[in-house]
Amino acid sequence: MKGFGRYMIFLGSLFVRRESLGTYYTLVLEECIIVGVKSIFLFALVSTFVGAVTTVQTAYNLVSPLVPKYIISNVVREMTILELAPTIMALIFAGKVGSSMSGNLGTMRITEQIDALEVMGINSASYLVLPKVIASILMYPMLVILSGVCALVGGFLVGTVTGIISPTDYIYGLRFSFNEYTVTFALIKSLVFGLLISSISCFKGYYTKGGAFEVGVASTAAVTTSVMAVLIADYLLAQLLL
Amino acid sequence: MIEIQNISKSFEGKAVIHNISDVFEKGKTNLIIGASGTGKSVLLKCIVGLIHPDTGTVFYDGRNFTDADKEMKAEIRREIGMLFQGGALFDSKSVEQNVMFPLNILTKMSPAEKIDRVNFCLKRVGLENVNSKMPSEISGGMKKRVGIARAIVNNPNYLFCDEPNSGLDPQTSILIDELIKEITDEFGITTVVVTHDMNSVMGIGEKILFLFQGRKLWEGTKEEIFHSGVEELDNFVFTNKVMQSLKKK
Repeated sequence: MKGFGRYMIFLGSLFVRRESLGTYYTLVLEECIIVGVKSIFLFALVSTFVGAVTTVQTAYNLVSPLVPKYIISNVVREMTILELAPTIMALIFAGKVGSSMSGNLGTMRITEQIDALEVMGINSASYLVLPKVIASILMYPMLVILSGVCALVGGFLVGTVTGIISPTDYIYGLRFSFNEYTVTFALIKSLVFGLLISSISCFKGYYTKGGAFEVGVASTAAVTTSVMAVLIADYLLAQLLL
Repeated sequence: MIEIQNISKSFEGKAVIHNISDVFEKGKTNLIIGASGTGKSVLLKCIVGLIHPDTGTVFYDGRNFTDADKEMKAEIRREIGMLFQGGALFDSKSVEQNVMFPLNILTKMSPAEKIDRVNFCLKRVGLENVNSKMPSEISGGMKKRVGIARAIVNNPNYLFCDEPNSGLDPQTSILIDELIKEITDEFGITTVVVTHDMNSVMGIGEKILFLFQGRKLWEGTKEEIFHSGVEELDNFVFTNKVMQSLKKK
C-alpha cells in the first residue's frame, strides 16, 4: 500500500510546476518516435505471427463438418480484437518500451542527471516522465490497431496459402456478426494499458537507488509490475465494460 | 551569501549531519572538506535542496530556501549552477545541447543569442570545437569542464561543486580548480566546493569548513589550517609526506 501511495503521489507530481507547452510538444514528439515509430516493426512481426498461429490452431480445433469454415476467421477476429492486440501486445510493450523507460530513468538517477535537472529548478518528474506517459497513451492505441490489422492479415495469408480456409470464407468470417463495440473496448483497454505501463515503468526507474545492478533490478521490476497491473486492469475492464 | 543554520540530517535513524551552521561568503571560494563519509555531499545536497534537512534552515541572500514553497524554491534554484561529481551531463544530448539546456528551459533568448552564450562559456572553460561531440566521446576532464560551462551558462549567483577533481589526473585537477577560482572572482558569485583533495584546499580555499563525523570541527582560511590545533584536522591534512614537510617548515 505504501508503494501504491508513492505511485499516486508520483503521478500527481507530473502535473505541478510544468514547463511551457512548447517544451512538452517537442519532448512528446521525440517520445512518440521512440515509443511508437521504433516499435512498429516488432509489433507488426509479432502480431502477424500470432494471427497466423491463431488461425492454424483454431482450424485444428474446428474439425467438425457441421461447423462452417468462416467460423475460423470469426474466432480469430474476436480473439485478436478483444485480447491479442490490446493485452498480449501490452506484454510486449512492457518488455520493450517499459524496460527501456525504466532503465533510462534509472541511469539518469544514478548518474545524477535527475539531480542536475532539479538543481536547475525544473520539475524532473514532469519534464522527464510526462512526455513518456503522453506519448504512450497516444501511440499504444495506434500500435494496437496496427497489431490487429497485422494479426488478421497474418491469419489470412496462412489460412489461404495453406488451404485451411478460402479467401472468401475468411473475409466473410471477419465480417460475420461483427460488433463494433469490441473495437471501442479494445481501444479503451489500450489507453489504460498505455498509461499503466509507462507510468509504472517510469515510477520504478525514477526512484532507482544504487548503481548499475539496481538499474537492472528496477527494469525487471518495471516489467513484472506493469504486466501484473495490465492483467488486473484487463480483468476489471472486462467485468466493467462487457 | 549563503547562510546555513543548525542543519541536521539522519538516514534511517543514523545521524549524518549534526547541527551545522555557517556562512558562505559572496565572491569567495568556500570549501567543505573532510574524509570520505563525513557528510560533505549530504550537507551540499541539503544546501541546494536535493535533500530536505531534518532540522535547520538555509538562506540565500536572506531568502529562506528550506521553508520556501515550490515556486520560490524553483526561483532560487534558477540562480544556482552546480557541477556534479560525475559531470551529470545528459547522455542523449551533445555538448552544445547540454550547455544550452538551461537557456532553453529558463530563458527566452533567441537561438543566435543562445549559441553565442554557449560558445562563450565553452571557450571560457577552454573547450572549442567540441560542440557536436556526445558526452561519451569526451574525456573525464572535458566532462567536468562542460559541466562547469553548463553551470555558469545562465549567469548563476551561486555555484556548487561536488568533488570537482575526483577521478582526474593531478594536472587536470589543478586546471579545474583554477577555473573554478577564476570564475568565482570574475563573476563575483558565491562558490561552495566539496572536496577532500588537499591540493584544492591549498590552491583555491579562501574559506574552509572542516567536517568530521558529520560535525563542524573547524573553519578558517588555508593559511590558518596548519595551526588549527584540531587533532582530527591535523590527521586529515597531514596524511601525506608533502603536507608533513610543509608543516615542519
